[in-house]
Amino acid sequence: MSAQGVPGVGQDGLVGRGNRDGARLFREWFDGLTAHAEAGGGGAYVFVMGSLGELLRTFDLPLVFPEINSLQTAVRHQAHDYLNEAEDLGYSPDICGYVKADVATQRRGGLLPMGRIPKPTIAVLTNACNTYIKWAEIWERMYHMPSYVLDIPGTREAGRQTWRGDGAFEKDRSYVTAQLRELIGVLEGVTGRRFDVDRLRETMGYANRMSRGWKRVLELNRGRPAPFNALSDGTIYLGVCNGFRGDERGARYFEDLVEEMEVKRQRGVGTLGDERFRLVFVGVPCYPIFRRFNEMFMEHGGTFVHSTYLWFASGGANVGWEYDLTNPIESLAEGLLVGVRDAMDSMFFQTQALARMIDDYEVDGVVFHPIKSCRTVSTGLADNRRALMTLRDTPSLFIESDMMDKRVVSEAQLKNRIDAFFEGLRSRRQQIAAGTR
Amino acid sequence: MSPLTVFPEWQGRDLDGILRACLELLEDTRFPTAKRWRDAGGRTVGHFQVYFPEEIAHAAGLLPFKVRGAPIEPKHADSHFGSYLCSILKSSLELALSGRVQLDLFVSHPICDAARNLAAVWGRNASYPCQILYLPQNAGSPSARPYLRDEYGRLRDVIASIAGREITDHDVRASIEVFNENRALLRELYAMKRTTPWRVAAHEAYMLTAIAGLVPREEHNDLLRAVLPLLGEREGRPQDRIRVVFEGGFCEQPPFDLIRAIGRSCYVVDDDLLIGLRWILSDIPLTGDPLERLAEGYLERSSYSPVQHDPRKPKEKLLLERVRAADARAVIVAAAKMCEPGLEEQVTYVHALDEARVPYFVTEFEEGMTSFDQLEIQLETFVENLLFAEEVP
Repeated sequence: MSAQGVPGVGQDGLVGRGNRDGARLFREWFDGLTAHAEAGGGGAYVFVMGSLGELLRTFDLPLVFPEINSLQTAVRHQAHDYLNEAEDLGYSPDICGYVKADVATQRRGGLLPMGRIPKPTIAVLTNACNTYIKWAEIWERMYHMPSYVLDIPGTREAGRQTWRGDGAFEKDRSYVTAQLRELIGVLEGVTGRRFDVDRLRETMGYANRMSRGWKRVLELNRGRPAPFNALSDGTIYLGVCNGFRGDERGARYFEDLVEEMEVKRQRGVGTLGDERFRLVFVGVPCYPIFRRFNEMFMEHGGTFVHSTYLWFASGGANVGWEYDLTNPIESLAEGLLVGVRDAMDSMFFQTQALARMIDDYEVDGVVFHPIKSCRTVSTGLADNRRALMTLRDTPSLFIESDMMDKRVVSEAQLKNRIDAFFEGLRSRRQQIAAGTR
Repeated sequence: MSPLTVFPEWQGRDLDGILRACLELLEDTRFPTAKRWRDAGGRTVGHFQVYFPEEIAHAAGLLPFKVRGAPIEPKHADSHFGSYLCSILKSSLELALSGRVQLDLFVSHPICDAARNLAAVWGRNASYPCQILYLPQNAGSPSARPYLRDEYGRLRDVIASIAGREITDHDVRASIEVFNENRALLRELYAMKRTTPWRVAAHEAYMLTAIAGLVPREEHNDLLRAVLPLLGEREGRPQDRIRVVFEGGFCEQPPFDLIRAIGRSCYVVDDDLLIGLRWILSDIPLTGDPLERLAEGYLERSSYSPVQHDPRKPKEKLLLERVRAADARAVIVAAAKMCEPGLEEQVTYVHALDEARVPYFVTEFEEGMTSFDQLEIQLETFVENLLFAEEVP
């Protein structure tokens, strides 16, 4: 049953609140960035996998997420102008579209469809994506500002994760802790402020509330029908998860979202009126035709009940890690290590996790969407699909396009493949019902 | 000393014969030296580009085999990848899937987003361990060195379990000594490229270097010790060719015929081809904790490449330094197709060269390329323009 058909659901304003509040928070965030940029202030440039919002907020540095800015140009159908501008400067059509859109943004003085972003005072990044590092090098050359690469050792081999108490884990944790302490010194130098550990405890407390909420929201989508669409609604939630990490508004937002999803689940309200197929999305969304892409699945009654994007693009917040506020620096290091490592695992070593997702969310089909722009996410998808097919008898679809570049997005071709995929799902269901499968 | 000779073909030959034997080995996509090693009961560690502390594998008596793709059709590997990826990834996996190269351990590094995925892909398709060696990307941090030392310690334990024997500090030091000699010999080869490039053609220097990744390092040392004096005695006079630096061969390798084609119109006086084999620029001390020394070498006495972030080593400045040190007149700024770090760095290099008024030629390549006519014509035009500019008062 959809929200429209349920008496009383619309009146209490609960259903759809997450999307409305998310959009409002986003506007407020960009209005703030625009005002700050126009006053000549600088910002901390960060990325979704390991933003360190908890720490940076204690220095009152506004957070700028270039990935989010770039994808917004695609969603608003303006990415091509930005991409062309960067390609005119010599950037290849074959590199990350986010980077190119940002290069053009910087050349336009930070001007974006949603407002203006401040110049970077500092860039803080992890190695979760190598392109982050190349990207920061561009800013270093452009602005002669510092960047700090927080190096997070990931899982060395499939199935060989280490945890607290293991010698190998403790070595990794000390490495991350030492880097965090260095970063604090760099931030003190850049901002001229002394580090305030009590403020860090406060922001980490907000991050704890947010992580708790995010984990619960993801769990609630196991319900039938799924209360939210992982691809469309989920992207809004991710925006808040990143932009408001370590902020009280972000913590409250996710508590409200849990309330909304609990109510929807209790009342049997799905994101789709007629949920016929439960799907998982693996990869990065097709932002140049964001709405249409999702519609091509919805038209067949397909709902994305989960995605690996909700894992890695939340920087691993999905694991629900909660900091020990009595030991903030060490705990921040451990949380960063566990979260960013999980984000990397959900890209590189995702087979077992996908199999669990299929079981936990009662999934009918898996959609793999590798894209030209992002090799971090896309390189292993074809092989992962092969491996998953040996573990689970779940149909899958492999479609390629891009997150930014509409030149490699062929809507007709995508639709053709998607239609055929659903034809297969329907036929399979009929065969099962008839006992011929 | 390695007990087995896997590449005896060059021995007892004159210079032309040695170079022919090297060429035959380099072009043999069945990788006969790795096969001979395995057939004799040896174990092999395959390590993907760019840098790998080969000394640790060598110390255990294993063959460190440099996985750098090959000009082969990825018949088995193609269906394991999507589009928009560099060739080296596919052809490297093809080596394993086709059975051309048998390994006991595969290691890749987070040099780029694609390569980091490779160990996971490889691991899903191989029965032996496949790992990621997390070389630090925060090279300027004081914490990077102890971290890397520990990471090398972890790697040593993994390799020891494969070798079935302990790897002592003494073993590692003995291997460092072999590799120090190798690096010194390679420096001598590159010095010859810079000072008397007419004595060693670009493709000859390349193949002499590349063989290091295919044979035990003692054998490579023997080869270089024999061939360098012969090259030094080679007859020949300088020709009217432009001295260039080739930049962009740090990971995927340009086709051998492309290097040969460039050498026909230019003297390639320096390059970053297979830079991982020459990453460490001076001898690693034989005193102290050898793993700590190796970590220090990687971080503190090393070359540069687009895949290592180190604010102390601005890549465009180091390229200009390479140009100056080699007295080069121009740069060939190349990148492998679909290589994110290479293509991004190309922009930086070009801007720096523009500012320094160093002429450059920008190109892309793919290891499977077979036709170089167009590129050769463009390069010849570029060279003629430079020669003409020199003549005009």
